[in-house]
Order: sequence, then structure tokens, then C-alpha cells
Amino acid sequence: MRFGVVIFPGSNCEQDVIHAAHVLGHEADFVWHGDTDLSGFDAIVLPGGFSYGDYIRCGAVARFSPVMAEVVRFAERGGPVIGICNGFQILTEAHLLPGALLRNRGLKFICKQTTLKVEASACQWMDAAPGTLLRIPINHNEGNYICDPETLARMEANGQIVLRYCEPDGSRAEGGSAPNGALDDIAGICNERGNVFGLMPHPERVVDPAVGITDGAVVFTSIAKRLAEVG
Amino acid sequence: MREDLAPELAPQLAVELGLKPAEYDKVVEILGRTPTVTELYMYSLMWSEHCSYKHSRKALRMFPTEGEHVLQGPGENAGVIGVGDGWALAFKMESHNHPSAIEPYQGAATGVGGIIRDIFTMGARPIASLNSLRFGTLDKPRQRYLFEGAVAGIGGYGNCLGVPTVGGEVYFDEAYEGNCLINAMSLGLMREEKLTSAVASGPGNLVLLIGSTTGRDGIGGASTLASQEFDEKAEDKRPSVQVGDPFEEKLLIEACLELLEEGLLVGLGDLGAAGLTSSASEMASRGGVGLDIDVTKIPAREDAMKPFEFMVSESQERMLAVLVPENLEAAQAVCTKWGLRSTVIGTVTDTGRFVVREGDEIVADMPAATLAHDAPIYDPAKERPAYLDEVQAFDPVTELDHPGCEYVLDDIVLALLASPNVCSRRWIWQQYDHQVMLNTVVLPGGDAAVLRIGDTGRGEMTGRGVAVSSDCNGRYCYLDPYVGAQIAFAEAARNVACSGGTPAAITDCLNFGNPEKPEVFWTFYEAIRGLSDACRAFGVPVISGNVSFYNESFGSPIYPTPTVGMVGVMEDVSKHCTVAFKDEGDVIFLLGETENEIGGSEYLKLAHGVVSGKPPALDLELEQAVQATVLAAIDASIAKSAHDCSEGGLAVTLAECCMAGDLGADIHLDDDLPAYASLFSETQSRIVVTTSPENAERLVELALANEIPYSVIGTVGGDRLSVEDKVGVTLSQLREAWEPALERALAGS
Repeated sequence: MRFGVVIFPGSNCEQDVIHAAHVLGHEADFVWHGDTDLSGFDAIVLPGGFSYGDYIRCGAVARFSPVMAEVVRFAERGGPVIGICNGFQILTEAHLLPGALLRNRGLKFICKQTTLKVEASACQWMDAAPGTLLRIPINHNEGNYICDPETLARMEANGQIVLRYCEPDGSRAEGGSAPNGALDDIAGICNERGNVFGLMPHPERVVDPAVGITDGAVVFTSIAKRLAEVG
Repeated sequence: MREDLAPELAPQLAVELGLKPAEYDKVVEILGRTPTVTELYMYSLMWSEHCSYKHSRKALRMFPTEGEHVLQGPGENAGVIGVGDGWALAFKMESHNHPSAIEPYQGAATGVGGIIRDIFTMGARPIASLNSLRFGTLDKPRQRYLFEGAVAGIGGYGNCLGVPTVGGEVYFDEAYEGNCLINAMSLGLMREEKLTSAVASGPGNLVLLIGSTTGRDGIGGASTLASQEFDEKAEDKRPSVQVGDPFEEKLLIEACLELLEEGLLVGLGDLGAAGLTSSASEMASRGGVGLDIDVTKIPAREDAMKPFEFMVSESQERMLAVLVPENLEAAQAVCTKWGLRSTVIGTVTDTGRFVVREGDEIVADMPAATLAHDAPIYDPAKERPAYLDEVQAFDPVTELDHPGCEYVLDDIVLALLASPNVCSRRWIWQQYDHQVMLNTVVLPGGDAAVLRIGDTGRGEMTGRGVAVSSDCNGRYCYLDPYVGAQIAFAEAARNVACSGGTPAAITDCLNFGNPEKPEVFWTFYEAIRGLSDACRAFGVPVISGNVSFYNESFGSPIYPTPTVGMVGVMEDVSKHCTVAFKDEGDVIFLLGETENEIGGSEYLKLAHGVVSGKPPALDLELEQAVQATVLAAIDASIAKSAHDCSEGGLAVTLAECCMAGDLGADIHLDDDLPAYASLFSETQSRIVVTTSPENAERLVELALANEIPYSVIGTVGGDRLSVEDKVGVTLSQLREAWEPALERALAGS
């Protein structure tokens, strides 16, 4: 399959996503934010970084890039879209996913390994069994997920919560296991249909065995497997 | 020609701008007339210590600068070495001490921005940063503010760029209270054939200014800020601190690398200290050409800026490119694609003169090379400081009482691990993106950062790697600058070797006080001599660097701090080694031999409140042999872990190996030293290496072949660190002391 990786001015994880895709045997190519042609891509990745310097609000400017209207149409047609870190922030700004990402509790940038628990969800990007623990690093200043109680209840009911931060043994600490203070320890969510996935951790950083563990590969292999199945 | 300065007023302005009377006379002699305001500003900046190295240049000639790996030595924006398979690594370290002491966030952030511009100016994509920081002790609120601000600034800038910050070091000592040190190092990777020079050539070619607008920020940064000591007026210098925009810099990196990749440029230079004046005059003098620049063409950030303000502004995130007129359209298209301004501000001429005009009127006209090259070179007086006799005569072994009993030693081990100079640096590096680009093989927290070499985006990986470390123990340099500088080199090399890298080249950042004081200049000279001798013994050249003088506040200089940034090369990065103990039953070796050397040690400062005595001795031949042994053991896959002994001595080294591997150790020492010396002496040329029982004999053979002393000191296992009946502490006690210590110190408790 072929991933399209969007470059906004200030994106900085686009090469990493391309590399991860290549390591897993997939094709991947860049999509410039000013372009509007997504034909030829099976799935779209909004990578991490600081699109437009994170000025105004993370993702607030990037959602107006020409490519985003096409990404919205792609998603509405059922095309798989993933937003990683800054990409997740852009997806919430573009209203492809609910909620918002605030500054981390503690007001500091955090780059560290985290343990995530796979929840039962409809997400096309995650076919690991519920309860599976994944070790995937975070790297952000604004990952403190928030939404209103009704949205949270609706997401819970619809199986839209995909990943939660947890302790290394899988338990959730009283007072929260999210290093950034995220509501209900939420690390990743999807839309109702399950084709649009946003997460703060960086799965592309844990794919190549040459630089460590490979727990992030499941994100890319899940969507590839699904696309192969549906043809 | 605008004559805007009366002959009787010119000398006065010259003094105000930091030029000495004799230097002013030389300007008049060069010009054959009274200089204009613009000319005087330009000369004062280019002839400032920061830009001209007028006090250090002669001493720096001692450094060896050539070697088998060197593709570009000192003289360009960064040095470059070959790392194999046609890949080249550009690297350099630079200080941003004075701006950071006034405004730590922006000072540190723009320090990172400046060094990264130096790297991509060479045609290399920046792939990693390190930093070397010094502050006063954290019990002072101002020091906590400086430290937290500097770390946030380094992270804020580097994270946004997507260049990982992979390592560094920090020390806290009263000596840095009035003058913190922020040294930033950056490395970049390119194909050898892409090596670019900051040169202007080809009369008729265009001069293109790319990036940010030009404002009044940072005016006089190099002369009034970097080349003077601090006094009670330091706060007034805040307007000289520039404000960084990492987003603009990220776009500059991408655009400039694309311009170079497309072959659209003749030369590329960055605007750093002394702004356009420095960048343009250096590019012109390298190319032996002249330049004609019109300041009215420069996009201004503010109204009514004067010509001299345009020429000396240190507004950040600007680059200067020279290109043939036929490429202008294509080059500007690349800049526009990245959302960057690009403006033709002048042309290359064949006159050799640097002409600045405001529209039709010429406001400066001087031989371009005189700015960059004709600054007076001084041979400052040097005199051995009187304090050295006193501190070196002090024998801490006999003149102080040292502990012997088990409980006290346990407490000292834990106190050392909790010292801000020894404890975990996780609080710092968790604020830095240390993984982006996916080349970081060994994460921060070990001896050296290890990076793999290649281009992940294009799938061009090599299997090769580099190990990088920056080091300097300022206390040792204070007690003996010659030996201290050698130890800075040796420790950096040892850290690189413990990771599996063969030392290849260094960059340095030489932080000292006022060179016009003979006692300060003596320490500078001795440190250079020490560093040069160490470089020659190891066959490792200096390929780039930076001198930062005037690090004094209220007349008191910092410790001499010649920071060494070492790069080692690895043919097979998969063989890299880490500090963590690996398996129960592994045999623990100590390569080298402990002597009772506690002068200048962390133990002495912690337990006795003293910074005195002689620093540990360094035998360069032994150091090389010990490093050769560990490198051979790593290459043969005999070594399962390796960690050097430094601050805090063997006890701290063992504790760090235990914590990293989540395994205890049972230690038996066979030296004849009192327990405190065995545990806390900071004797150099020592490495703790573990190996499986089956390979122990092979490690012995390697040690014998290299003719180094060694001892088997114990085995890995259990959940405690035990040293005979002297020390017995659990892993959780070690962690409780070591891990949260920095946070606790910052919380003021």
C-alpha cells in the first residue's frame, strides 16, 4: 500500500513516517501542503512537528492549508487518515476528531517512553487485541486531551477511544497515568467510522529495530491489513 | 560619500563602541580619512574580541588541525570530517553565555539557532545537538530561574526545528553564579561532494538576503555584550539579546538545503554575531572580491532605521546567498515555496571594497578584507595566578579527616548520587526531543550519544555510526588549567570509547575571564597548551571551535572552562556499548588503577566544602591504552557494558551501571587504599567493564596486550550494591537518591 505523508511548513516527523513505512515494506511519499491531489494514496498521514510554528494554537493555521480540504473529503469518503502528535492537533482543529489538546499539565515539553493500553475500539488503524500493552514514546508540549462530558460518554459508547496511557504493568494510577494530564488518560481517539485516527504518541519512532523496540508497527500494519482485506 | 562624523567626535564614538585608541588610529590609517558612523560601527564589531579573536588567535595556533578524517578545518562556519562511505559530518560548538545570563530562554534558544545555522551553511542537514551548561548552585532562586529558562529555551528552539538534542552536561558551582555558561554544539550530515563554502565570488553576481526582516534587535551584541564583563549595568543590556523564531529557522534549513541541492548558489553564509557586516565581509574576503550593498533594499522590521543599524543588526534567522543572475528566479521560487522572504540587496564587485549605500549615497567604503582580517592581533601578558600555589600546596588526604565506617560511607554514596553535579539528568533531557530523525541509537543518560549515519528519508542507511560527548570539569581546570584541559579531552574521548567510538576529531568552546588580565590569560594559554598536547598524543585534531572571554562578574572570573566536544566514528553501529549491567553473574573488571586522588573531587566539595588540592594526574599514554582496550573489547563483542569513572569516583560509576541495568553488584576491591579513596577518588583512565564469565579470560588478554593495570572487582547480580563490608545499599535506595535529585533541588528543598 502507499501512504501519503503531508508536509506543512514546520512539520518535522515526515521523514520518520516515510522511513517507518519503508521498514515495513510499504510505499510512502510526501504530499506538499499546497497540493490538492491525493489520488494514488491509500492512506494519509499528518505527521508530527510544529506546523506554522504552532503559532496562534497548535494546528490552528495548518487546518487552512489547501491540502486540508482534500483530506477532509478523503476522510468523508472513508479513506484512512491518521494524525500523529501535531497531526492529531490538526485533526481536532479541522473537526475531523472531537475535543482539543491543551498544554501539558506541568507546563513542560515531555519527551519520554510511555505505556499505552489498547482499548476495544472501531479504529481501522488498531487491530491489536484490547488490553494489549504498547510502549510508544510521546514528544509534545500540548497533549493534554480534553472534551466535554457528553462527547466523552459518546466516544466511550461508540468505541472511539483507541489508546489510553497506563502504568508499565497496565494498571491506571489514581489521579491519572497520562504524563500530560489528558482527560481519562486518553492518548488516541478515532471518529465514529473508525477511519480517522489521532494520537499523541509517535508510533513511527518505534518501528525500526535498529533503533529500539517495534511496538509502533501495529498501527501501520493494521491499516495495511484492513485495506488488503477490503481490496 | 556621506561625511557624517566630525573628526573631533570620531575618536569618542570609537571608544564608546569598544575600539581602543590604537585600533581607531588603524582604522583611520586604512581609510586615509575620518571614518563614517557606519564604518566605525562595522570596524568596532569586526574587530571586537568576539569576531576577531584578537587576544586568542596566536595561542590557538598551537592546536593541531589536520588529520586523516578532516575535510574542513577551522576557518569556515564549521569543521567537517569524513565518517565513511562518502558521508561527511560537520560540527561545531559555540557559546551564548552573556545573552543567556541576562535572558536565559532567548539567550539559550538563539544560541541553538546560531550554531545550527553554522551547520547547514556548510551544506549539511543538522542531525543532532548537545549542550554544555554551567550555573551557580541551585539553592539560589536566580540560578534556578537561569537553569530552567535555558533548558526551556534549548528545548523550545531545538524541538521545533526537529533536530534532536541527544546529550550534554551540566555542572553547578558558585564560580558560575554571576556568569552562567551556555555552550551549544550541533552536528550535521551531508554527502562529501555537497560541502559548501561561505564565499562570495564572481563579479556581477547577486547578493540575496533570505529569511527574517531586519530590526534593531541585537545591535552591538558581539561588542557590548560578548566582549565585556558584567557589572551592575548588565540588566540594561537586555535590548542587545535577540529573540528567536525557530519556525523561520526550520523553513530556512529546508529552503537553503534545497537551494544547495539544486545547485543554485555560489556561496552561502549565515548572519550571526555582527550580522550582515560579519557575514558579508567574511564571504567577500574569502572570495577576494568586493561587495556593493544598498541598505534601502533590506526589508526592515522598524521605521527610520539608519544604515549602521541595518549593517550591525543581529536579527535572527537570516542567511546571505551569492548566486549568478540567471539563477535568481529559480532561487526565489524555492524561497517563496517555503514562505520565506528573499531580496537582492547588492552585487559582487571586482574592486575588493565593501561599499554600503543608502540609495544613491555611499555611507561606507572600505577594503573588505580589512574588516575580516586586519584586526590587530594581541600577544597578551600572562602571569601564573597566585592562588595556584595555595590550592596546589593543600593536601586534602592529610589535612582533612576522612570517614571509615560503613554507615557513613553509605550516606556519602547516596549524597553523591543526589548531588546536582552527579544526579540523573532526566529532568533536562525529557524536555528535549531526543529521538526525531530516528538516528538516536543510545538515548541520553549514558556516556556518549550514539547516532547512526545515513538518510532515513531516502532509505540510504550505512550501518555506520558516530558517538558524541561534551565534557569539561571546571574545578580541575581551576586547580591546574594544563592538566584540567587534558582531562576534559581525555574524559570526552573515554566517553566516546566506552560507547564504541574511535575518537576522530574535536570542537571546543573555550570559556574564560578577561584576557587582558595576565592571570586570566595565563590560564587560557595553559589550557590551550594542555588541550593541544592531548590532541597530538591521540592524533585527534581540532576542527572548529569558539572562544568566549570576559566571563566575569564584578571582577571575578569563572573557572577556566575549555569544553571539549568529541566525535568518534564507528564502523558498525550495532556493536555500540552502553553503561547498563546486563546479566546476573557477569564479571566486573576495573580497567586502570585507583590512586588516592581526591583533589578537586565532588567528594571533597560535598563532604568537606572544599575545592582545592591538585586535580587527578593524567598519563596520556595510559589513557590511550585503556581506551584501546575497551574499544577492542567492544569490537570483539567481549564487553557487555562499559562506563568510565569520573565525578564521584568508582562508587558513582558502579551505582549508575546498577541502576541502568536494574541489577546489583557484589564488589571486592584489591587496592591498598582507605575506603573513601577507593570509592570516591577521581583517578583518571579508569573504566568499569563487564563481560560474561566465559569471556573473562579474553578481556584479561586484551588488558595484558595493551599493558594496562586491571583488576576483577566483582560480579553482577542481586538487588544491592555491596562493597565488602564498606557499602551496602539497595537499588531502590540508589534510585531514590539519584533520580529525583534535580527536581528536588529546583523545588528549593
